[in-house]
Amino acid sequence: MSAIAPKFRFSYFLKSVLDNVFWIVTLFTLIGIPLVMILLFYIELPVINGNKLLDPYLALTTLADPSRQIPMLKSIIHSDFFRITAFPGFGFAALLAAATIFIERKMLAKLQLRVGPFYCGKVEGILQLMGDGLKLISKEIIIPAKADKPIFWAAPVLFVATAAAFVSLIPVASGGWVVADIDVGLLAVFAVIGFFPVITVLSAWSANSKFPFIGGIRALHQMVSFEIPLILSVLGIVILTGSLNLTEIVQSQDHYWWIVFLPIGAIVFFIAILAELERIPFDLPEAESEIVAGWLTEFSGMMYGLVQLGSYVKLYAFAALFVVLFLGGWHGPMVWPPFPEEIIQNGISMGPITLHLPGLPLLDQQMLNDVLWFVIKTMGVIFVILLPRGVFPRIRIDLLLHIGWYKLIGLSFVNIFIALGLLYAGVLGPGGIL
Amino acid sequence: MTTQLPPGLQLEKLNERIMTLNVGPQHPGSGHMRLIIKVDGDYIVSCDPDPGYVHRGEEKMAEYRNYIQNIPHLERPVIHDSCNVLYPYCLGVEELLGVEVPERAQYLRVIASELNRCVYIQYWLAIYGIFLGHSTMFMWPAGDRELLIDLLEKMTGARVTHAYFVPGGIRNDVPANFEDMCLKRVNYFEKRIKEYAAIFYDNPILISRTSGAGVLSRDDAIRLGTTGSTLRASGVDFDLRKKEPYDVYGELDVHSNVLKEGDSYARSKIPWLDMLESCNIIRQALQKMPKSGSVRVKLKPNPKGGNDEVYKRVESGRGSLGCYIVSRSKPEPYRVKMSVGSFRNLICMPYLLKGEKLGNMPAVYWSLNYWPVEADR
Repeated sequence: MSAIAPKFRFSYFLKSVLDNVFWIVTLFTLIGIPLVMILLFYIELPVINGNKLLDPYLALTTLADPSRQIPMLKSIIHSDFFRITAFPGFGFAALLAAATIFIERKMLAKLQLRVGPFYCGKVEGILQLMGDGLKLISKEIIIPAKADKPIFWAAPVLFVATAAAFVSLIPVASGGWVVADIDVGLLAVFAVIGFFPVITVLSAWSANSKFPFIGGIRALHQMVSFEIPLILSVLGIVILTGSLNLTEIVQSQDHYWWIVFLPIGAIVFFIAILAELERIPFDLPEAESEIVAGWLTEFSGMMYGLVQLGSYVKLYAFAALFVVLFLGGWHGPMVWPPFPEEIIQNGISMGPITLHLPGLPLLDQQMLNDVLWFVIKTMGVIFVILLPRGVFPRIRIDLLLHIGWYKLIGLSFVNIFIALGLLYAGVLGPGGIL
Repeated sequence: MTTQLPPGLQLEKLNERIMTLNVGPQHPGSGHMRLIIKVDGDYIVSCDPDPGYVHRGEEKMAEYRNYIQNIPHLERPVIHDSCNVLYPYCLGVEELLGVEVPERAQYLRVIASELNRCVYIQYWLAIYGIFLGHSTMFMWPAGDRELLIDLLEKMTGARVTHAYFVPGGIRNDVPANFEDMCLKRVNYFEKRIKEYAAIFYDNPILISRTSGAGVLSRDDAIRLGTTGSTLRASGVDFDLRKKEPYDVYGELDVHSNVLKEGDSYARSKIPWLDMLESCNIIRQALQKMPKSGSVRVKLKPNPKGGNDEVYKRVESGRGSLGCYIVSRSKPEPYRVKMSVGSFRNLICMPYLLKGEKLGNMPAVYWSLNYWPVEADR
């Protein structure tokens, strides 16, 4: 079902888009290009091809030449900077996090028989998140008078930074599409996760207020007691793969996903990540009716926005980790169409002009297919993480600790014994049947 | 200037393990009131409810207006249960003036009052849901409540503040096709609220969280003077519609819902059972109602009561709601005193919260069926 704002006309929407395009093109042609030309006359230009001085006209054509542009793009794409900021790193994660927020709002609204974000962006409220972001940026940041200011300021930034560090360990596609491919990747993940309770308690304590303090203590209890089943539940996979490297763990699931053999581990891991992410039913550190907003109570403006961004990036990272460990990472049937050979061989003919494009394609077919499957699986896991919010009430702290320390740890030991059984029976692992 | 610390803060000074939390009035987990809670770790050491933030002097205002002028402002304490709030006042004034209400008006009063009870309980349930962090249970009752609000709008002319009951009957008759419409809506509403069991009342997390929280034993419930759903959840069968039938409730088959547990879960389930029972009563009343007839006895302008006093009580959404009217042969009442269920249920809150976990505070607090504005009047 689609819902469109009452006064919406598709023509208005097109017109507003075309208006923007018109003004951008007009201003660029009338002001931008003459400006570049004038500037270039005053700059001493290098000699190219031995005998030709580069003039302004040639400079533009050189820039637009595909044979020069494609290698440049390729070098950018394969640079570390691009990896950290854009593709497997933070930019990709933030984009998926934004999509997550939109999906969460609309899905929850459908579940609760209402419409959800509706007006902003005219179609289904797709620009609501942007509006919220602008609102948060424009709000005044209020800091409690008795707060420990440096730590209070640093906490949201540290939170986002830690979430980004977590993202950098996730392999997204085959062929080394990961920011940090380290041999003890899984240990590094748990080392990074270990920072979250510290940051939470620091921010809660530095606010010097009662409700954040209680929320911080609750978050500490919750995160510490659920980290143990979280680590124990993936031990089975480490036993069977014999590796802590996340890329190797994905490669080991070429034929069978680990969720087939270790379903108990997957369930324990899933419940533990719900608790680590402070999502309903485990959102005690932010329990509204008990302790206002928990450890987020004193944050205002963009500081709150940063914490929310960090928590959604963290949500993506945990969902991606679940995919990497249990759902076979990027493995999936090849559905991405191959890049047409004749464009590489013959170039593109447009009337009298034939454009030769050496060096294509920019990204190979395998990698794009991997990313597609990875994103599909990750969004599926995120959807299941979001779903309990519409179904469950909040749990109580003693019940939470009881689940963490008794049930989940017991189940994760069962999971380890299943893994050991499979290993010693010679079914899986090095030299196994499968 | 020497400042005397209030008793609560003295306790905090004595024992530094104890922390005082002000829950309200600027707190998402309180109504228009404040709970001064002292916690030792996660356990509540003491709880001191502090109502009075929305005191409007309704009872004093009633002494300056005549019997008819009192109608619209006396329903203000609980606007979403406005028919039931006016009910005891109208019954009392009718007895003072010696007026006999026509039978059709009595049946319509029963229908309006039961519809309004459902509207109130839906609102209450929505807040109970969000207090427990269950956002779907906030949206569903708030949406389904609209069904009955629309129906009440067709019946009375106003969505929330109906001012429908007047001494001598009801303000106006219902529209022509009202009976069919009401039956259809109420049947749909009943089907809808039965779905709440699947998502809320049978939810294992809800049961594990609220059952055993804030247990009020049968004896304590009677001793502390609780009423309504709080009393019936503790195993006392006390429903005024059955015990002291007023208007035509005596002719209807009213079943009163009683649970024995006395915990927060039972207290939250009783209103839901009451809604189902209300649907039942409405169907009976629609069947037995005379199809035509007068709905209002015309009173003299500015009627005067005798030198008399009267006490009437009805079963409202929050329990027994009494109205005591003293008349001194004047157009205005000499004194109007309302005895409300909210305040009676508030009294047992410190007893229930002592020794509970902080996480149980919203579950226990809102399960008492307490509406702060009514308690303050």
